[in-house]
Formats: sequence, structure tokens, C-alpha cells
Amino acid sequence: MYAVEAVDIVKTFGDVRALDGVTVRFEPGIVYGFLGPNGAGKTTLIRVLTTLIKPDSGTARVAGIDVVTDAVAVRQRIGLAGQNAAVDEYLTGQENIEMVGRLYNLSPSDARARTDEVLERIELTDAKDRQVRTYSGGMRRRLDLAASMVGRPEVLFLDEPTTGVDPGSRLNLWDLIEELVDTGTTLLLTTQYLEEADRLADRIGVIDHGRLIAEGTSDELKNQMGGDVVEIHVTDDDRGSAFAALTRVATEEPKQEGNSLTIPAPNAAHTLTEVVRELDAVSVTPRDIALRKPTLNDVFLTLTGHKAEEEKKPAPSRGRRRQS
Amino acid sequence: MTATAEKLQKRVGVRETLNHISVITKRNMLRNIRLPQLVFFATVQPVMFLLLFNFVFGGAITEGTPAAPEDYINFLIPGILVQTAVFGATQTSLGLTEDLATGIIDRFRSLPMARSAVLAGRTIADLVRNVFVNTLMLFVGFLLGWRFEQGFPSMVLGVAIVLLFGYSMSWVMATIGLTVKSPEAAQTAGFLPIFPLVFASSVFVPVETMPSWLQTFAEVQPITILTNTARSLMLPEEVAASLGLDTGTLILQSLAWTAGILLVFAPWAVRQYRRAVD
Repeated sequence: MYAVEAVDIVKTFGDVRALDGVTVRFEPGIVYGFLGPNGAGKTTLIRVLTTLIKPDSGTARVAGIDVVTDAVAVRQRIGLAGQNAAVDEYLTGQENIEMVGRLYNLSPSDARARTDEVLERIELTDAKDRQVRTYSGGMRRRLDLAASMVGRPEVLFLDEPTTGVDPGSRLNLWDLIEELVDTGTTLLLTTQYLEEADRLADRIGVIDHGRLIAEGTSDELKNQMGGDVVEIHVTDDDRGSAFAALTRVATEEPKQEGNSLTIPAPNAAHTLTEVVRELDAVSVTPRDIALRKPTLNDVFLTLTGHKAEEEKKPAPSRGRRRQS
Repeated sequence: MTATAEKLQKRVGVRETLNHISVITKRNMLRNIRLPQLVFFATVQPVMFLLLFNFVFGGAITEGTPAAPEDYINFLIPGILVQTAVFGATQTSLGLTEDLATGIIDRFRSLPMARSAVLAGRTIADLVRNVFVNTLMLFVGFLLGWRFEQGFPSMVLGVAIVLLFGYSMSWVMATIGLTVKSPEAAQTAGFLPIFPLVFASSVFVPVETMPSWLQTFAEVQPITILTNTARSLMLPEEVAASLGLDTGTLILQSLAWTAGILLVFAPWAVRQYRRAVD
């Protein structure tokens, strides 16, 4: 049995094909990461798999159960932490988690015991009696994570678990998620951060414009780049001639990102030497030159023609604040 | 390969549903107590209305009221109970739209809980809130000289009928809120039908003083019916009779309005809820 099995899922909103025939399946016990830029369809896919919306066509099973025809049974077996920390500002941390526990049909005493356990695990025991509106952004995310765990889900869905949190909290959340995974929970997470997918996911699905465009382990995806690459940084003035020089060395067009140019280096050091020679021939002195392993960013660029991350810094918080 | 060896639960059971409703009700009640603006809306504002209407209008409005200006409070209290219950119902749309905006509804929907619990838990919590506010109004009214003249059971019956009507109005407000979706719009849209209904009624003044076209409307609309029902159960019997209030008929009419509103708006609210979230 697959933990998640989605076949040819299509979902449109008006003219937008948010999901354009996504097929993905993976077995229990692993961390599967959906990687893609904003608007790629990651959240829509999560919403289909967690029964929040129905697909226009295609079928999906979670823990072997159809998400459309047996939605209630699916909900008993999943946990979801969405992009907006969906916790109640005016309840305490403990009240929030107990409430969710009760809604998973735990008895009052079970819900309380399980809440204590989960709060201990996410290190919020000290803050459990405070109303959530006094929590920091990172604490809210952790509480949201706790809420998704309290029902002991077979499959846990985390939609961009670290978007909008500061770097320190991100590392802290990564540690928590890794611990969680050690206990055997199947996890599906989405992210727009390559580093996050690289660190947490056993298997990565690259999603763009509503389609799964590549899939594999981090290493497999990197190997699609054909091993090592040579990357040079040049000045604005040198960019044109450097591009031409690299084209003479490589069998394909160099990948360009600002003033940084990258080509595959099948012969490693030998390719590097060739690059230096060609650059010297056109009197270009690179500001930096390196032979390195390909990153997921290279993969993304190869697959989609654009970068995965629009910017390196975390996106601004999308948590909505109450108005009145 | 599927997991159908064990029987899959298709629906949420009745017992579980009741549990979920009580959990959501409790959550909303905690919010009603903890949100400063909600506490203000539930205490200071209605008391302010009561004091203003009693002291500002009380002197002017004697025609058609039980007797002397000092008796205006006895005329006013049954009306202000209705006004308070109906104003209180707008909190239902506010609460639901805020839940939609914060994303907590998504969490609820991903849980194996009864969908009806979100709406039922909200309206019941708002009913509890209305019980509290109306009790507060009666207490302040008592300090201002209000007395009920037909005994405790009649008074309680009057309050209960008003609260039940307020509960049905919560479903109207739920429908409006789930249609407009944003908290700000919900507040505006909610008060739009309420203001003419409450003020073009017998709540604050006798309808006889209105122009005849308005009087016709005021006499048949539910707020007047409810107000008159509460009056007929709280004023001295001879005063109620002199105002032309027939208790039995009024109670039936009030319950009919309440049932009618519930029958139309409860299913409508559920439908709008599905639309708002799917």
C-alpha cells in the first residue's frame, strides 16, 4: 500500500490550471518533499490530498483510502499544518491542542495526556498556559505542528512549514521535523526552499505550473545534471565574451544567472583547465571560478529554465492579523 | 491494494457530532469572554443603549405607553431585550468570517469532525452570550425601576421566547456572513436589515405615532411581534390588554416567525458554508 497515491490529478480555478495532471505515489515511512516556486500548485495538491478540495478529475488515495469517497476516514488518519498557523489566538497553547485532540475523537483525559506529550515534544510546555497571541511566529508554527500531530496521524502534511519564519526558528523547526520523522511518521511537505527539501526529504518531486516535472532523491536529481559543474562569476563587461568562451568548452549552452555562468564538467579538473584557457584567450579574468557539485538550484534551472527561489531571504510573513 | 479490510467510517456519528459541537461551543465561549471588543459589545454597549433610551426618550414618549414617564422603563425593557438579542446575533457573522479569515476553518475541515459543528457551535455560543447579556439588561433595568408584573414564570417565558428568536437570527447572520465572507463586510451587511427592523418597530416607541404606511410595516414585522409578546408577558395584565396585546396569539406568532426563519436560514447557512470553504 502506498501512503499517498495520486493519479492524474487536475484542478482548475477559472482559467488557471492549478494542477495539470499530477501523478505521484510513495510508500509509508518516508519524507516526500514537493519543491516548487510560489503558485506552482503545491498547496492545491495538499488541499486535494487532505480532502479540503475535490479534484476536477483524477483519483487520490491517502493511507489507501480514497480522498473523495471516504473523506471522513482519510481525515481520521491525517494531520495538516497549513501555511497560516491555524491556531486560535485567544486560546492558550494547551487549550488549542486539547481542542484539536477532542475533535480527533480522543476522550477528554486522552486529549489532555496527549496534549502534554506533544507540547513537551515541541518544547512549548513552559508557554502552554499563555494565550497564543503572545507567542512569537516560530512558536505559533511549532504549536501548529503540535496540532497536526495530536491525533497520531499515519500521514502528516506540512504546507511550507518554515515560510515566513526567521532563520533561527527555521533551524529549530527542521530539528523538530527530523525528530518526528525518526518516529516513523510518513511526511509530505512542500517547500520553495531547495535547502529545506535537500535536508528533510528522502524523495523530492519538482513541481512547476501544476505539473510534476522531475522526481527522485536529492542525489538522483543532481545526477541529472551529469555530475560536477564549473561555475564562474564575471563582471558585466566580460559577460558576453565569457559566455562565448564557455560555449566553446561545453556541449550545451551555459546556464546564466546574473553574472554567474555554469556549465557541466564531465571531465572535472580537465574541464576546469579548459575553461581557464578559453577565458584567458579572450582576456577575461573571472572574479571567481569553482568546480563544484550541482545544487538543486542547478536542477531547477535545467528543468524549468527559471530559478526555484525568487529571493534568498524568507518571504514576508503571510500570517493574517485580525483587524478589529 | 486498499485498506478496506476494516470498515471505513463514512459519516461522523451522532455521539461524536454532539461532542464536537460542545468542543466548538466551548472554544467560542472562551473567545467571547477573552476578546476585549466582544466583551465591550456584550456589556457596555447594550447598557449604554438602555440608559440612553430610558433617560433621553423616556420623558418624551408617554403617549401610548403604560402611563407616566417613570413607567417608560417597563415599556422599554421588553423591547430592549429583543433589540439586544438581535444585535447580539450579528456576532455570529463576525465570528464565522473571522474564522474563515484566519484559516482555522481549514484546520477544522481537515479533522474527522462533523461539519455542522462549526455552525452549531458558533450559534450556540452566541445564544449563551445572549442569555448573559439579557440577564445583565434585566439587572440594570431592575435598578432603573423596571418590575415584572405577571410573576416570574411569565417573565422567564418572555425572555426565553426572545432568546429563541435571537438564536434564529444568528442563522440569518451566519448566512449573510458566509455570503460576504470578510469580517468588515459582514458587520455592515448584518446591520443593514437590522436597523430598519429594530427602529421601525414597537421596541422604543408605540407604532401609533408613525406615519400610516410605516405603521403597517411596523405592525406585521417580527421585531414588533416579539416585543409585543414580551410586553404582554411582563406588563400588568390590564395594561397589556389596554395596549391591545393578546398573549396567546402573540406567542404563537413569535414561535412561528422563529421556526420559519430557522427553516429557511439554517439550511441556507449550511449551503453558504459549503460554498465558502469548498
